[in-house]
Amino acid sequence: MADVIKKATREAFGEGLVALGAEMPNLVVLDADLAAATKTGMFKKAYPDRFFDCGIAEQNMIGVAAGLAAAGKVPVASSFAMFASGRAYEQIRNSVGYPHLNVKIGATHAGISVGEDGATHQCCEDLALMRTIPGMTVLNPADYVEAGQVVRAAVKMEGPVYMRFGRLAIPTIFDSTYRFEIGKGVQLTEGTDVTLIATGLLVGEAIKAAELLKNEGISVRVINMATIKPLDKEIVAKAAAETGLIVTAEEHSIIGGLGSAVAEAVCESTPVPVVRVGVEDEYGKSGPAAELLEVFGLCAANLAARVRDAMEIKRK
Amino acid sequence: MEDSLKKQLSITAARIRQYVIEGTCCAKSGHPGGSLSVADLMAYLYFVELHVDPQNPRWPDRDRLVLSKGHTAPALYGALVLKGFFSDEEIKTLRHTGAMLQGHPDMKGTPGVDMSTGSLGQGISAAVGMALAAKLDGASWRTYAVMGDGEIEEGQVWEAAMFASHKKLDNLCVIVDNNNLQIDGTLEEVNSPYPIPEKFAAFGFHVLEIDGSSFEQMESAFREARETKGRPTAIVMKTVKGKGVSFMENQVGWHGSAPNREQADQALAELDAVIRQLQAE
Repeated sequence: MADVIKKATREAFGEGLVALGAEMPNLVVLDADLAAATKTGMFKKAYPDRFFDCGIAEQNMIGVAAGLAAAGKVPVASSFAMFASGRAYEQIRNSVGYPHLNVKIGATHAGISVGEDGATHQCCEDLALMRTIPGMTVLNPADYVEAGQVVRAAVKMEGPVYMRFGRLAIPTIFDSTYRFEIGKGVQLTEGTDVTLIATGLLVGEAIKAAELLKNEGISVRVINMATIKPLDKEIVAKAAAETGLIVTAEEHSIIGGLGSAVAEAVCESTPVPVVRVGVEDEYGKSGPAAELLEVFGLCAANLAARVRDAMEIKRK
Repeated sequence: MEDSLKKQLSITAARIRQYVIEGTCCAKSGHPGGSLSVADLMAYLYFVELHVDPQNPRWPDRDRLVLSKGHTAPALYGALVLKGFFSDEEIKTLRHTGAMLQGHPDMKGTPGVDMSTGSLGQGISAAVGMALAAKLDGASWRTYAVMGDGEIEEGQVWEAAMFASHKKLDNLCVIVDNNNLQIDGTLEEVNSPYPIPEKFAAFGFHVLEIDGSSFEQMESAFREARETKGRPTAIVMKTVKGKGVSFMENQVGWHGSAPNREQADQALAELDAVIRQLQAE
């Protein structure tokens, strides 16, 4: 399973669109002057007639995507997570979500790992925003392999989908045998003391944290939760019942994202302590991505520390 | 335009106005003022301009109409009833719990509604997307976006306008209902978007200015829009808010409040008189 290849999930997004473009003549892609960065530029190169650069106008881009979908196209609209989910939130809510149009939003450069651009571009609220929109599917792949499968599954399903991708090249943790399915969490390691439910680039860190803790005699179950909505409540309830303690990990605010979704599900089914690891109630800042992830505690070492602390809660 | 068509359209517009009054009265809420100002346009669009099929509301080659000023849905609903998309019984339960007709257009629940709208400034972008889809398919159907004059204060409108002309969407026609009143007062008092024709022209549109109560002027404007190649057309039409009901005309207070039964009956009687007179001519 381990692989040292480092690739950004946005690469899989761009490549996935190109592959799907060959199969689906009705697939169209829109961007807002960030095609090189979001990787939709790959689709632009392959299918220039089906690519539309909307310029720096995300609100209109989402509305245009809604109109294209209403007329039978399958539009994928892309920008950085901040502008896709934030600037165009109300357009997504009212022009895409309410009529349940078949629009896919491919948001890249999500989270702290944007790095040097700093707080204005480090969106840690997108999962929370998108999760509240009725009928919206919200996907956050863990690595390059899963991201490729996420793009395909999102484009092939009927209805609005928000996909979250990263800028940073991260270790590829899955091989070609891995199978992503919308709405299904995937248990990656067996464990009995605590369950680490992670999403996005924190999945790789969670696996490393579990290894660290194993050496200390703490048995950690790791679950990859690429679908934030609809949440796999079964795998969460099972983990709560069998391990009695859950720690969530995400490159997103601890308010409203994976941690909140898991806590909601646990409270309603199998109440056990849930500890949320993510970006606290604060903004990001400039710096190299790798350093920032450590500063904000989004790394295996901090995850392991938080699990150790959480074990104390469980013992009380 | 032949007199018989003009007369028929006038009667249709009066009937749409009656549905606006009846619907908002039964709902005890809604937006009669702006619905009445677009009633003539709705009559013309649905009975002359648009290729639509009430028996097949999702006909792929139909013309699309996006009511970007979605709060004036009662005028759209009246036109759809008269065109045969659904029964006029629905008008009586406009805005009621569980009813088909929502306060703002709902494309999922209402036959003949091409786009869900209501949040101002968003409909035009969807219309642009539809026009773009038609271009991609080499299809001949056209898209019409009906906008409020206050609505164009939304920045998204100009993002959409910029993109529509950049993409040379000559299959798109934007109509601005210039009744000069928005909730907080006249456009000049609130946040003037004037001069409107010059703004659309600067954004690359072919612009036409007409009297929004003249079916002849609509006929020539929509013909010119169809014949205009390489750029979208904007038709800025001067209208009267509350048009057709004596006590509502040019009264900003009737933007978002419904007539009570007594007021509605008076309005319906005035419109009945108009219809009877037209029929007698």
